[in-house]
Amino acid sequence: MTIEFFMLLAVFLAVLLATVRPLGRYFAWIMDGRPAWGPLAALETRLLRLCGVDDSEMDWRHYALGLLIFSLIGTLIVYALQRLQLWLPLNPQHFGAVTPDSSFNTAISFVTNTNWQGYAGESTMSYLTQMLGLAVQNFLSAASGIAVAFVLIRAFARHSTRLLGNFWKDTYRITAYALLPISFVLALVLVSQGVIQNFLAYQNVTTLEPTSYTTPKLDAAGQPVKGADGQVINETVVVPQQTIAMGPVASQEAIKELGTNGGGFFNANSAHPYENPNALTNFLEMLAVPLIPAALVYTFGFAIGDTRQGWALLAAMVLVFAVAVTLLAAAEHQGNPAIGALGVDQAHTALQSGGNMEGKETRFGIAASVLFDAVTTTTSCGAVNSMIDSYTPLGGMVPMALIQLGETIFGGVGSGLTGMLVFALVAVFIGGLMVGRTPEYVGKKIESFDMKMVSIAVLLMPILVLVGTAFAAVLPVGLAGLANPGAHGFSEMLYAFTSAANNNGSAFAGLSANTPFYNGLLGVAMLFGRFWVMVPILALAGSLAAKKRIPAGSGTMPTHGAMFISLLIGTLLLVGALNFFPAWALGPIVEQLSPLASH
Amino acid sequence: MTRKTLTLFDRSLVKPALLESLRKLDPRVQWRNPVMFTVYVGSLFTSALWVQALVSRGEAPAWFVGAVALWLWFTVLFANFAEALAESRARAQAASLRGMKKSVMAKKLKEAKQGPWTVVPGDSLRRDDFVLVEAGDFVPCDGQVFEGVASVDESAITGESAPVIRESGGDFSAVTGGTRVLSDWMVVRCTTNPGESFLDRMIALVEGAKRRKTPNEIALTILLVALTLVFLLVTATLLPFSIFAVNAAHAGVPVTLTVLVALLVCLIPTTIGGLLSAIGVAGMGRMLLANVVATSGRAIEAAGDVDVLLLDKTGTITLGNRQASVFLPAPGVDEKELADAAQLASLADETPEGRSIVVLAKQFALRERQVHELEASFVPFSAHTRMSGVDLPQRQIRKGAADAMRAWMESQGGSFPDGVVQTVETVSRRGSTPLVVAEVHEGKPRVLGVVELKDIVKGGIKERFAQLRRMGIRTVMITGDNRLTAAAIAAEAGVDDFLAEATPENKLALIRKTQAEGRLVAMTGDGTNDAPALAQADVAVAMHSGTQAAKEAGNMVDLDSNPTKLIEVVEIGKQMLMTRGALTTFSIANDIAKYFAILPAAFVATYPQLGALNIMHLTSPDSAILSAVIFNALIIVALIPLALKGVRYQAMGADVVLARNLLIYGLGGVVVPFIGIKLIDLLLTAMGLY
Repeated sequence: MTIEFFMLLAVFLAVLLATVRPLGRYFAWIMDGRPAWGPLAALETRLLRLCGVDDSEMDWRHYALGLLIFSLIGTLIVYALQRLQLWLPLNPQHFGAVTPDSSFNTAISFVTNTNWQGYAGESTMSYLTQMLGLAVQNFLSAASGIAVAFVLIRAFARHSTRLLGNFWKDTYRITAYALLPISFVLALVLVSQGVIQNFLAYQNVTTLEPTSYTTPKLDAAGQPVKGADGQVINETVVVPQQTIAMGPVASQEAIKELGTNGGGFFNANSAHPYENPNALTNFLEMLAVPLIPAALVYTFGFAIGDTRQGWALLAAMVLVFAVAVTLLAAAEHQGNPAIGALGVDQAHTALQSGGNMEGKETRFGIAASVLFDAVTTTTSCGAVNSMIDSYTPLGGMVPMALIQLGETIFGGVGSGLTGMLVFALVAVFIGGLMVGRTPEYVGKKIESFDMKMVSIAVLLMPILVLVGTAFAAVLPVGLAGLANPGAHGFSEMLYAFTSAANNNGSAFAGLSANTPFYNGLLGVAMLFGRFWVMVPILALAGSLAAKKRIPAGSGTMPTHGAMFISLLIGTLLLVGALNFFPAWALGPIVEQLSPLASH
Repeated sequence: MTRKTLTLFDRSLVKPALLESLRKLDPRVQWRNPVMFTVYVGSLFTSALWVQALVSRGEAPAWFVGAVALWLWFTVLFANFAEALAESRARAQAASLRGMKKSVMAKKLKEAKQGPWTVVPGDSLRRDDFVLVEAGDFVPCDGQVFEGVASVDESAITGESAPVIRESGGDFSAVTGGTRVLSDWMVVRCTTNPGESFLDRMIALVEGAKRRKTPNEIALTILLVALTLVFLLVTATLLPFSIFAVNAAHAGVPVTLTVLVALLVCLIPTTIGGLLSAIGVAGMGRMLLANVVATSGRAIEAAGDVDVLLLDKTGTITLGNRQASVFLPAPGVDEKELADAAQLASLADETPEGRSIVVLAKQFALRERQVHELEASFVPFSAHTRMSGVDLPQRQIRKGAADAMRAWMESQGGSFPDGVVQTVETVSRRGSTPLVVAEVHEGKPRVLGVVELKDIVKGGIKERFAQLRRMGIRTVMITGDNRLTAAAIAAEAGVDDFLAEATPENKLALIRKTQAEGRLVAMTGDGTNDAPALAQADVAVAMHSGTQAAKEAGNMVDLDSNPTKLIEVVEIGKQMLMTRGALTTFSIANDIAKYFAILPAAFVATYPQLGALNIMHLTSPDSAILSAVIFNALIIVALIPLALKGVRYQAMGADVVLARNLLIYGLGGVVVPFIGIKLIDLLLTAMGLY
């Protein structure tokens, strides 16, 4: 543990919390107000009319229908763009059509705000696919996530109504007034720091020093040539040149963080210097990730007229986050005993960061790497600037556990708040009974229909993760993708399904997931993980909005104090995370307990 | 009515409950409780595995599989026993009521008037049949007096030994089946079909087959089913995970199905699942113990949610009648003289007010006098003169309302002094009723003074209201008095609000308005004119002495006809919800310890390192698993008293209650199983089983 880590964490949280109030009020304005400036209002009205949108409010069924149709169209477009990119412009490298299973996986991945990437961006996607397909979905999937959160906020704020807002109008306003302007500014700052933004073909440059490596010699059929003794013959290859991938990176980078998308332009994601060149961009990218999720929590409190409720949820998030990231930092600073056993000095000194630096960028070090990792896993962002596969076993378990909390600690844009509210309802239900009243949360009575929807929303994710991992663990097609045998390989599979079902998209790496089996199964997990949670949440909103608001009295369980925050955290851990305890035991825990942690 | 108080595990209850718990093994009964049904299936499954292990090579030693299967069956039986015990307790409480459901013969009338009748069995009577009930007869059905007036012994239901008058029309026309007519006769119109009387309904409420789940119970069941499903998947997927681990580590064997079922049963919320229906039945039993008959479990549950209590002033907040509290003599009159006159005027007045004047006058050393010695003739109260009094030789004394007395004084040529007018006003402002006493002595009219008749607020009621306020419940007093009087009594009794000059219409309006604010309203009532308000209120306790209309409109009937009972009803409702919440929390918190017992045991052969998770240092994998299963079964038995008696209830703010219960049942739920499982493991080891 280092003082640098704690300082970075403190500064990060301080800056984040400072943005919560203003940004939260801004989102409240987007949710319910009119644009203040005439031309913007006119543009909004005209655009919506042009699209034939009737901007009257919808009930939850129509809203859900709008969301599903919108997402379906998005999926088809992204799929088509990948399949047809060879014949479309802005493809200087002449990349061919992406395989059907990979296209399916990627289309779902971006529409569901997961941004799981089975492909490597710089060797698969044309600029047009990146911009028109992926980047556009980065905006729209984020907007639809926030829109669903708006609906749930309205459900708590309103009473005795069926009307919950207009999906098209919400999506437009979120994109036009929040996502686009903030991304624009962030992209410019990133460019100023060295993130690239161009349409150039990939550059071949002569390196200062030729690289050489040995590789098995291959015959014409691509099989390794064997010598007389049966051994594979190696040859040394000298490479004097390097191909450097180009592209419109900054414009995609900004929304990748802001919309908690996480799909990197390059395969190396935010570890790539063109995506994330220095400590400043690293800090800004980290900050952009939980920016909207944290602000929306305030918007919730503001809209229901009791900001304490919002702060309580946020306090629970910050507490869990701070403890988790500290654990993670401690695990990584500990270093790898297997390497230590070889006589390598892993101590933290003035000259070296110490600890486990495998898979981490030296320009970030451990503190900025683990914080970035915790930020992007606890939200549903999934961007990485270091390789989780190379973390210590316990270090790898922390991001996994953070995702398995159901993306409720900040969580995805919109989906984080709705996920947290769902758990708040569970906590209130149990706690409310304990004070001897039919449970109510912010004035809404929680009845059996609500509990049904809450149960579906809570239940689905563990099912997807555990069943998916179970299939992968016994089927040969699943086992084929493993880079590591044993407990670590198990962690890789568990992480992949955890990431997909929670729409995180972060990859443990080490698992070769670009196969029809993983593309298909993970695609299904992402699809269900998004919409089989969103639709029940919309139904829940419909039920809540129709209820009266009960004024709070001294017999009402308070939902803003320390007692409720601990109840909420307890519920998150017991109902949310405990399901994964057996899986952890067979993955990271057993690996950590092994005499020499090695993989 | 004397009722035998039953100890928790009363011998007379335990035996039938044990038998009943075996009968509840019927899958159709088990199916009603999804959590326990899962355990039931698990028990069947492990029993099959045990048979397999006996006859051929099983997946584990037969004795181990058998032991797990046995304890799983115990888990099911213990849950059955809890439910059966709660039912038999509630049934015992209803038994005294059911006792009077003995079949009686009824005199069924051909027409709706006294006339020719035929004798038919009481349970063949249907709605709108007319029966004649004469002195000595039992009333054969719940109904309404159509004709006649009779005194009825209702002690079997109310426990009140004094007979009550039941007559046609008005607020005292309802009769209950099973009560006995002591004198006179009446024609009763039956208002229920056989098996529909409120006694029948109540008995049905506590009997398993007809019991309906309450809304809150349904919501909780949904959560429990969801948890069960998740844990089903958690354990089911452990098999492939284990196969993967065995292949990777090249050690051990995949986890056995017996262990998986054991883990599943330990993880799913069996504690609350097994006790859930017992809690509901016990709640109803506690209501019966308080002499309140609820017509639905939903009403009891709603009682816990009540935000506003509407209480009638008279009889609930104040003692039934006004009492003389002080003599306020007119200028120039001695207080003793006033007291003496007031006593004389009230000697023959048998109203409670009159009696209280006599009692108060005794403080002035005025002894009760014999009426005949005085040669007095009494003037009763009449609607015409609106006063009462006494005529003595040479002296007439009258008492009555101020305006009536002023008229009398003026008619006698006297005057009404200003001082008395002021006193009258002061007394009115205090919320009391001024009673003016005047005399005509030897032809000389004179106002003697004022007797203040005061509403006496019941002792301890103020503290009760303060308690309710802490619980977040507002009290509203309903009274026919004017605003001034109402305000004064409201302040004295410490209610939060009052409705003065109440009429059935504005009572109903008040309830509707309060409900529109999202609050739940509870009220008591007895008269027919209360029926609309009772029907509108969320929790409506009808007095048993009240009319049939009121009883039909309410969702509870208080057999004692005690309006203060509402407070107890609220407490019982809250206690029931609290018990459910507490046991749910406890049940979920238990899982941590069970993971630490079973997981290392299940996988230590594959990954020896996982032995580090065996933080309880249990003797062997088999003993660890068996200990967890045994703990899981025994905890149900251990918590039966809590489920039946309910979590200790204190009137405190929600935050304090939550903190206390979280500490006891949340933290306790985490810690207790660690200790329990360890102890059982030690015991198993000491017995030489391991």
